[in-house]
Amino acid sequence: MTETGAIVGAENLSLDIGGVRRLDDVSLRFEGGGVSVVMGPNGAGKTLLLRCLHGLQAPTSGRVTLDGATLTDRDRLRQAMVFQAPVLLRRSVAANVDFALKARGIHDADWRNACLARVGLLERAGDSARRLSGGQQQRLALARALATRPQVLFLDEPTASLDPASALTIETAITEIAGEGVRVILVTHDVAQARRLASDVAFFARGRLVERCDATRFFDAPHSGEAAAYLAGRYVL
Amino acid sequence: MAEAIALALGLVARGDADLFEIVLLSLRVSLTATAVACVLGLTLGAFLAVARFPGRGAALVALNALMGLPPVVVGLLVYLHLSRSGPLGFLGLLYTPTAMIVAQTVLITPIVAALSRQVIEDLHREYADQFRSLGLTRWQSMGALLWDGRFSLLTVAMAGFGRAVAEVGAVMIVGGNIDHLTRVMTTAIALETSKGDLPLALALGLVLMVIALGVNAGVQALRLPGERVAHA
Ligand SMILES: Nc1ncnc2c1ncn2[C@@H]1O[C@H](COP(=O)(O)OP(=O)(O)OP(=O)(O)O)[C@@H](O)[C@H]1O
Ligand SMILES: [Mg+2]
Repeated sequence: MTETGAIVGAENLSLDIGGVRRLDDVSLRFEGGGVSVVMGPNGAGKTLLLRCLHGLQAPTSGRVTLDGATLTDRDRLRQAMVFQAPVLLRRSVAANVDFALKARGIHDADWRNACLARVGLLERAGDSARRLSGGQQQRLALARALATRPQVLFLDEPTASLDPASALTIETAITEIAGEGVRVILVTHDVAQARRLASDVAFFARGRLVERCDATRFFDAPHSGEAAAYLAGRYVL
Repeated sequence: MAEAIALALGLVARGDADLFEIVLLSLRVSLTATAVACVLGLTLGAFLAVARFPGRGAALVALNALMGLPPVVVGLLVYLHLSRSGPLGFLGLLYTPTAMIVAQTVLITPIVAALSRQVIEDLHREYADQFRSLGLTRWQSMGALLWDGRFSLLTVAMAGFGRAVAEVGAVMIVGGNIDHLTRVMTTAIALETSKGDLPLALALGLVLMVIALGVNAGVQALRLPGERVAHA
């Protein structure tokens, strides 16, 4: 596959909430192949950035683009997002995936089962989604996102509460998906995971884009003191 | 009191035809009104929970105020519309069970709408981002919220039914408490009390309470296993 995938961008993106600047003049583009990783300490604005890029939050100034054009509501159908805290319907595991498909007018039990199998939840298809463990809920949220065949996939710490084996399953899935040409933008605090998955990194601190570069360079020789301190586990707010 | 209970049991045991006619009419009128009020009220409640428009705050205040509408006022309003000189007088509905259904529907639709709005809005707060992410339309969101909230909404419907079956003012005015035609339990109780036949009134009151209890128990019995299967 030679496709480069959808290009997600922000131009001079700023976001104020309650009079406080939470994202400050962010300009960046996610393009090329592989997985893009967004890193930064708690409260840096990573989740808010994803929400803006997905069109859930309107920027105070600047704009969000998809393939160079300003993002519209319809564009959201080409994107999917797995939230930091998964939101599941009060229905069965299978029905949660079916729901996402039905919103697009699709009924496809085979595809739904394939998506569940990909995250290791096929045997739980008939169980209540709300009674899955935290990690299983996160995996179901990923399966639901994949079911919609997005061109852009935002993942907000999707392996935060997964055991090592499940995290590996998810990492494998993420690599495969990116290999299929899906633009994957992943927020993670797991430096080892970021090293395994990232092709490029965007590092944020206090709502500002501090560093934007190839993964190898970021992990081996970060430019900013903040990124170096974060990677060394001694970032102080 | 013992006399009243004995009398009530006697009426039921004898299979008193008049009593059963009154009970059945009560149930038919109030259950129909509840069903219609649920169709209208749940739709309105879901819409108000999901939609954002100028004047929404005022609409919510008005709706909440309508929950406290006195039944006699509702009865009077419906009477004015249905009376021979009223705008709907040509339908000839005054003093029929249909008029009573209309009056009780008007009475409890605001209750169903206001309570369901609260239930659905709480659920929507949790689901909103996910629904937007999935690109759901407003109608799809409303449908999903009504379905996922169905067990809480059943309680809302019960509140509406309870209010309908217990009210006397509206059905008295638009129904007229006509024997064998529009006499329901509450109007019968009011009549017996005014005639001074307190034991019979008490007996009817007891039957009314048992019925209300029975309907609620029936709903609860449906609800518990349903909730277990339905992943709520
Ligand atoms: N709805 C909101 N109202 C007020 N403040 C908010 C809101 N959402 C986020 N913030 C603030 O914006 C800042 C950035 O939040 P954000 O959730 O993007 O952080 P993050 O980088 O994702 O952190 P974490 O690693 O903990 O997930 C935080 O200080 C947060 O308190
Ligand atoms: Mg976050």
